[in-house]
Amino acid sequence: MPVIKADLDLCQGYANCVMEAPKFFDINDDGVVVVLEEEFPEGSRSRVEAAVRSCPVSALRIEE
Amino acid sequence: MGSRTVVVGASVGGIKTVQALRSQGYAGELIVVDAESHLPYDKPPLSKGYLNESLGRDRVNLISEAEINSLVIDLKLGVGAKKIDVAGNEITLEDGGRIGYDNLIVATGARARLSPWEAKDGVHLLRTLDDSERLRKDFHGARSVIVVGGGFIGAEVAAAARHHGLEVTIVDPLEVPMGRVLGDPVGRLFIKLHHLNGVATHFGNGVEAITGSKGDLTVELTDGRLLYGDLVVVGIGAVPNTEWLASSGLLIDNGLVCDEYCRADGQANIFGVGDVARWFHPKRKELVRVEHWTNAVEQAACVAHNIVNPSNIVSYAPIAYVWSDQYDWKIQIAGETARVADFVVVEDPSNENRFAAVYVDHSGNFCGVVTVNWPRAMIQCRRLLENETDISRPLNLLNDLLPGKAK
Repeated sequence: MPVIKADLDLCQGYANCVMEAPKFFDINDDGVVVVLEEEFPEGSRSRVEAAVRSCPVSALRIEE
Repeated sequence: MGSRTVVVGASVGGIKTVQALRSQGYAGELIVVDAESHLPYDKPPLSKGYLNESLGRDRVNLISEAEINSLVIDLKLGVGAKKIDVAGNEITLEDGGRIGYDNLIVATGARARLSPWEAKDGVHLLRTLDDSERLRKDFHGARSVIVVGGGFIGAEVAAAARHHGLEVTIVDPLEVPMGRVLGDPVGRLFIKLHHLNGVATHFGNGVEAITGSKGDLTVELTDGRLLYGDLVVVGIGAVPNTEWLASSGLLIDNGLVCDEYCRADGQANIFGVGDVARWFHPKRKELVRVEHWTNAVEQAACVAHNIVNPSNIVSYAPIAYVWSDQYDWKIQIAGETARVADFVVVEDPSNENRFAAVYVDHSGNFCGVVTVNWPRAMIQCRRLLENETDISRPLNLLNDLLPGKAK
């Protein structure tokens, strides 16, 4: 299954990913992204891609 | 589904639309045209990290060349669109070339409002990558800068200039410039932030004239006071790029007027996205034009959906979200924070640089929130804005997030 990768150094806590796909992303007390489920099924692809696209600092990517 | 979608403008909205189209399964031809020659670039860093030189050029790219190739996007840079023939489903480029379309995306964005004051040189605007690079370069030879406009751009330029070690003065005709967005009581906290960072402010005072040249500029205020600086940056808003649409017959009124589905008024296959689009917001029941990054991204996703699913189109009713980096404050704003009835500030006693303000509308509902250096509080409150609730829920939530409280 494809896997979500987050660059924790780039993350600024804008949290657009949480708005797009709360099942897969959260923000911790330090204001940094937490990937709740790394692997995702094909059925969730467009939602995860929307979350990746919504990151203002390109801290997220999908690894096939 | 049409076989060719043409996007005019390699802006945030334009590029995010083609990415969203492919993500949602659009298999047709995708052409993007733009007057600028740069590879598509992002805007927010131009007044923040790129301007203060903490981010390199690679962090300003909006899309990589590899992705342009893998998504099969025909990117035509360096030649803008001159006009649309709506009846003929065709655009004409500045060089006379013509491109037919099945769907057209208007994503030409907005440009910085020009300075009405003329000086020989040394007066900057900030909107494009070239603008940001010119300003960065001039920061190096300067000792002082006067920033005209105390909104987001002005405040971010001031912060970046302080980062470069310059002496900074900000001028704005409003007593509380950030009050436009956050209301005066909360807006005043941002004036204090300028002062704490050694920036002088002249608020409640307009500019009468700017004279001189780079290294020796004089700004005359409406009260007669004279300010002297090596550079001036004018950040007084943006205007939508709609001139090329003038002959189209499309309705233009402070942007391309669109319906709630982001379709140009009366058109089934022309869509507006980003700073240039003034669409009918179905919850606010009025036309709105929003110049925020997240709006362009969300509107792009809506437009892509409506192109891919013409029999199941959705209206666009976003909850506004914007951020700003000013000095050591990471500011995040969601929902409605200007036209409100009341607000409550919640401070973190363990961190004087962290607080939130929650806003209530005239019906007594929670309607907006601003946080400073508190991303977790922001996202939790922002999600509450999706449904109607009174203010007790965000307040309880914020109190629970304060240190020492059970998680």
